Amino acid sequence: MNQQTTSPARAIGQGLRLKGRWWVTALVGLMLIVVLWLLLNLIIGGQCDGPCVVGALAQTLRVATPIAFAALCGVMCERSGVVDIGIEGKMLMAAMVGYAVNLFAYQALKDSMGVVAAGNLSRWLAMFAGVLAAMVLAALHAVVSIEFKTNQIITGTVINILAVGLTGFLYRQFLAEHLPAGPGTFPIINIPILSNIPIIGPILFQQKPLTYIMLITVVVIQYVLFHTPWGLRTRAVGEHPRAADTVGVNVYKIRYINVIAGGLIAGLAGVWFTLEAVDVFNPMMTNGLGFIGLAAMIFGKWNPFGALLGALIFGLGNGVTSTISIFRPDIPSQLPQMLPYLLTVVILTGVVGRATAPAADGTPYEK
Amino acid sequence: MTLALQAAGITKRFPGVLANDKVDFDLARGEIHALLGENGAGKSTLMNILYGLYQPDEGQILVNGQPIAITNPHDAIAHGIGMVHQHFMLVPPLTVTENIMLGQESVLKASRALGQLALLDRRGAAQRIRELSQQYGLEVDPDATVRDLPVGAQQRVEIVKALYRAAEILILDEPTAVLTPQEADDLFVIMRGMVKTGKSIVFITHKLREVLAVADQISVMRGGKMVGHANPADATSESLAQLMVGRQVLLQIDKADPHPGQVVLKVSDISVRDDRQHMAVDGVSFEVRAGEVLGIAGVQGNGQTELAEAVTGLRHPVKGSMSILGHDSTHATPRHVIEAGAAHIPEDRQKHGLVLSFSVRDNLVLCTYYRSPFAHGVSINFPMLERNADDLIRMFDIRAPGSDTLVGTLSGGNQQKVIVARELARQVKLVIANQPTRGLDVGSIEFIHGRIIQARDKGAAVLLVSAELDEIMSLSDRIAVMYKGRILDIIDAKTASREQLGLLMAGVASRQ
Repeated sequence: MNQQTTSPARAIGQGLRLKGRWWVTALVGLMLIVVLWLLLNLIIGGQCDGPCVVGALAQTLRVATPIAFAALCGVMCERSGVVDIGIEGKMLMAAMVGYAVNLFAYQALKDSMGVVAAGNLSRWLAMFAGVLAAMVLAALHAVVSIEFKTNQIITGTVINILAVGLTGFLYRQFLAEHLPAGPGTFPIINIPILSNIPIIGPILFQQKPLTYIMLITVVVIQYVLFHTPWGLRTRAVGEHPRAADTVGVNVYKIRYINVIAGGLIAGLAGVWFTLEAVDVFNPMMTNGLGFIGLAAMIFGKWNPFGALLGALIFGLGNGVTSTISIFRPDIPSQLPQMLPYLLTVVILTGVVGRATAPAADGTPYEK
Repeated sequence: MTLALQAAGITKRFPGVLANDKVDFDLARGEIHALLGENGAGKSTLMNILYGLYQPDEGQILVNGQPIAITNPHDAIAHGIGMVHQHFMLVPPLTVTENIMLGQESVLKASRALGQLALLDRRGAAQRIRELSQQYGLEVDPDATVRDLPVGAQQRVEIVKALYRAAEILILDEPTAVLTPQEADDLFVIMRGMVKTGKSIVFITHKLREVLAVADQISVMRGGKMVGHANPADATSESLAQLMVGRQVLLQIDKADPHPGQVVLKVSDISVRDDRQHMAVDGVSFEVRAGEVLGIAGVQGNGQTELAEAVTGLRHPVKGSMSILGHDSTHATPRHVIEAGAAHIPEDRQKHGLVLSFSVRDNLVLCTYYRSPFAHGVSINFPMLERNADDLIRMFDIRAPGSDTLVGTLSGGNQQKVIVARELARQVKLVIANQPTRGLDVGSIEFIHGRIIQARDKGAAVLLVSAELDEIMSLSDRIAVMYKGRILDIIDAKTASREQLGLLMAGVASRQ
């Protein structure tokens, strides 16, 4: 009743009883995209027509893939009450392991199976291995922060530093030079029929496999969190572990499995860099996208769909930025790169409202 | 009569403490069995053992005559034992249905093969909750979010949660601590209804009046031992209190008539916002005179906390004015208020009353350390601090190994005595006591009540805030009832009845 000043967007929303509906957020987002497109055309002098817009949006979804995976990893961990800022490290580790396995498996297999089959098999093997590497780091995080009840921020930081050091070392030792050619990244998969739909087809259905896996993962985690016993227990454990304990829910088990499953998802984010984006590994190549994923998670209020939306906004910033730099090389690229962050601030304060973390997030459970 | 539950020779040791010493406890089917005892008497330990949260070192538990092992709450639930904890075990952002089915989720039949990833059957669970709530008269809305429910409704959710798990034996741990007298009476009706259908209830409390009103059988624990059993028909409050404490206790404080003097605290039409910017106190006015106790009654969360904070300078009113002995204190800082002669016993002793990692000695001078005789300029006179601590520890019977003991290691009662000693040993003209005996045992309550009345008789004005009606009625000279940030009425304590106060606390204004 004595609320402080409300933003116009929220006031309109309240008037129409729309507050808190997901599609209101989506609608506002859509409007912002249109405004953005108009602004973009103003900057680059009306050169961004149909194909350019489609290209930018396809690029948006591409770049949003690792961010969304990272955010989903955060959702899994933090909904069960474990803060995970080690996503970046897990991604980096997965990226390197994925790259190395892809390369060496291909070298071992290509003579016996043929180039195409060996490439396909080694890429999937590489994905599996990269994900496994991230899960090992996640298991380490789980043991130290759940079993030994350390400060989870510090554990996460340690994992990040560990991954930077380890991948940097291994890179210099084995991957820096004199490498044979690898099999390359995943090819684009055109989904039959759907990829021929104008506009939507090229954006949504002409992508590489990890992007499709990401979209499926969002739906799966949304289902698991809000429509299954496991999800109910996870949310209860993240909010009030003692309450869950008193009805016989095993708090430690829930947290272990969620953190390690989060590691799996972070691994998918990592292998995106070396199996889907580019065919090389560079030290520190994840470039802070794990942390941006955490921002997307907070933006999405710890919900999978919200996290995807947050990731898309960051991806959109990237899409717009690259479009601008194509048409207007004279504009310093740092300026448009600020866009997604500005957008986040505006949307967080005006439309989405305050985000509240799960109550027991970051607190080890003492029986 | 068959025994629903039997605990035989239960012993539980914690490092340095014998929490349960060969305790026997028999619960007959279809009875309400009250378990009485002071804090630390071992009631909670015993119940936590029955519910599988602790393992006994010795002894046996029998359900329906069969010896069973209870290693975790799951086992307890499987044997039909349900527990409603004093601090509710509900997850605030989840709905009532989600909270109730947590751990025993119902899923759609077709998806059962998916195990924990099956599709939740919220509608089916809600239907069962409605049936249970109708059967036992426990009104709950399955679709409400727990965070939005008042405490009374949350308690009903807790009870339904136990019934949902087919509990035959219900352990209610201090269920009335958070209720108004009327809500407590409603709860007793529900409890009566439940035992009629063959359920058995263990009712843990330290409120003697309630025990006599509702129990079929009474057991009393003291110092980890079962010290006696009583039948409510033969027992009196006095005899039960004596069993609990082990000595004669003054339940009703003996106090002389008040001699109200000049107005010490005058509060005129103040409004105060809480942390969430809601108007927690909404236009409140009253006066407290020297030599009288004004009690502020009300269910917790009706603005009493914010009112006390405003009076002590911890929170500033957005409207209205206050004065202490004629000097305006509307925008005074806490130190100004203290120097004007006020003493403050805060609501949360651990958060706002003490520095837990400081010694008893240092805590005893928290509001006077900077003044003579404790300080000379910038240096502190440590021998003086020491002498002050030794004096107060003796005068206020603080059970601490020494003055350099850390306050955080003391029991709740002794922590509160440290605060009372610090505040009331000074020359004070105004005492603001907010929940001064919350969570304390009968012995400590008796002592602190005596000190407050002593301060009154020495001419201090006392503003007492309490959610305990017994405390309000026993100490106050006048009683103001707060409801939703307003004072509904101020009545003379001599003519006030529990029923009248209870109605006012529930928001029913009844000016007579």
